[in-house]
Amino acid sequence: MTKPMGKTLTAIALAAVAFGTVASADESASLVVNGDIEMVTRTAAPAHLSDSLDEVISGWVFRSDETQELQMDDFDNPGMIFVDQALEQWEMVEGTKDKSCASCHGDVEESMAGVRAVYPKWNDSQEKVYTMAMQINDCREMGMGADKWKYTGGKMAAMEALISVQSRGMPVNVAIDGPAEATWEMGKELYYTRTGQLELSCANCHEDNYGNMIRADHLSQGQINGFPTYRLKNAKLNTVHARFKGCVRDTRAETFKPGSDDFVALELYVASRGNGLSVEGPSVRN
Amino acid sequence: MKLTSLTCAVALIGGAAWAGEVAPKDVAYTEDGAVEASLSGVAGDAANGAIVAGTKSKGNCVACHAVSALADVPFHGEVGPSLDGAGDRWSEAELRGLLTNAKLTFEGTVMPAFYKVEGFIRPGDAYTGKAPSGPLSPLLTAQEIEDVVAFLATLKE
Repeated sequence: MTKPMGKTLTAIALAAVAFGTVASADESASLVVNGDIEMVTRTAAPAHLSDSLDEVISGWVFRSDETQELQMDDFDNPGMIFVDQALEQWEMVEGTKDKSCASCHGDVEESMAGVRAVYPKWNDSQEKVYTMAMQINDCREMGMGADKWKYTGGKMAAMEALISVQSRGMPVNVAIDGPAEATWEMGKELYYTRTGQLELSCANCHEDNYGNMIRADHLSQGQINGFPTYRLKNAKLNTVHARFKGCVRDTRAETFKPGSDDFVALELYVASRGNGLSVEGPSVRN
Repeated sequence: MKLTSLTCAVALIGGAAWAGEVAPKDVAYTEDGAVEASLSGVAGDAANGAIVAGTKSKGNCVACHAVSALADVPFHGEVGPSLDGAGDRWSEAELRGLLTNAKLTFEGTVMPAFYKVEGFIRPGDAYTGKAPSGPLSPLLTAQEIEDVVAFLATLKE
């Protein structure tokens, strides 16, 4: 399953030379952000994928040298602007209870470290799998008495980016067993379902054809460890469910709604395919 | 009076599937997925077939297949095999079957069926992401299929 990535590896090797560090042009070369955070961009596939993939690969590996470089320094990463905006939001008192995120969660760097890596996760009190967006809106409505945000909106994407940054470099590690198992199975079924008039499943492109070009697009494994993602294409932060919606739409299908049970299940399943890759959000893609 | 409006209605409905045109639901496949009979009853135009094959809003064959004869169209894909020599490898009937519904030739193939209007999971209204407001149209018309068949038949090595 290993695909040649010669050009990319050369670029990494060159960048490493420029920074004066030692790196060999092998397939374990990894993304280092700010010369400090080492990202795992290729690793052994998690056990549940043993029948279909040997290795899981971050979408970063599939992007052009220029796009890759934008994620290697936070001053170049356009997604970091939204992290700054969300940091202001974190302190902002809103709603009938006169609370901010910080009122309950204190310093975001401490309270949110490791959170992104384990979401979506089972919520005991609600008795269902929760995405970060669902948890953020529960906090706003129930904790703050404030209006919830649009599931795929700019404020939501920015807050997800702020929370993700606190886990950058940590391995994705979502639980797929126990109470989350039924949801995970539902997501898996959706991943392999061929939807729309083009009859394409997620797997048709992202499992069977990653590494191949489809017209001018280099197909990746469709990993979501880099979300929210700043896309050069639309010059904004993109949420996972907005991306899912775009993909399903492109099969000439009636899409599922962002925040729907279907997309929550799919997010859990796709996240689990990236168990072991680093949290990268906000990443930069094309 | 009533008879006149009925006649008009029949004429309107009939217009979409003119004499000799086979509707998507009526295509006859051989056991191996080939389609012997022309879908339109009109000979294919290879030159127009080349345009359909290279145009994103039409066949967009180049999205997945490399085609040397369409070298002026940028960005050919790698998902499917090169179409060079397709006219040597396949008969006209086999090519027609591959375009109409390739899954009847290659079970489970990723290739979409270009002349099929039912049996989909969550079909949408083209690329809007919304539910369709009426019956689906096939991805290509009967004549466009015939034109692409004629084009592919010219691809000899």
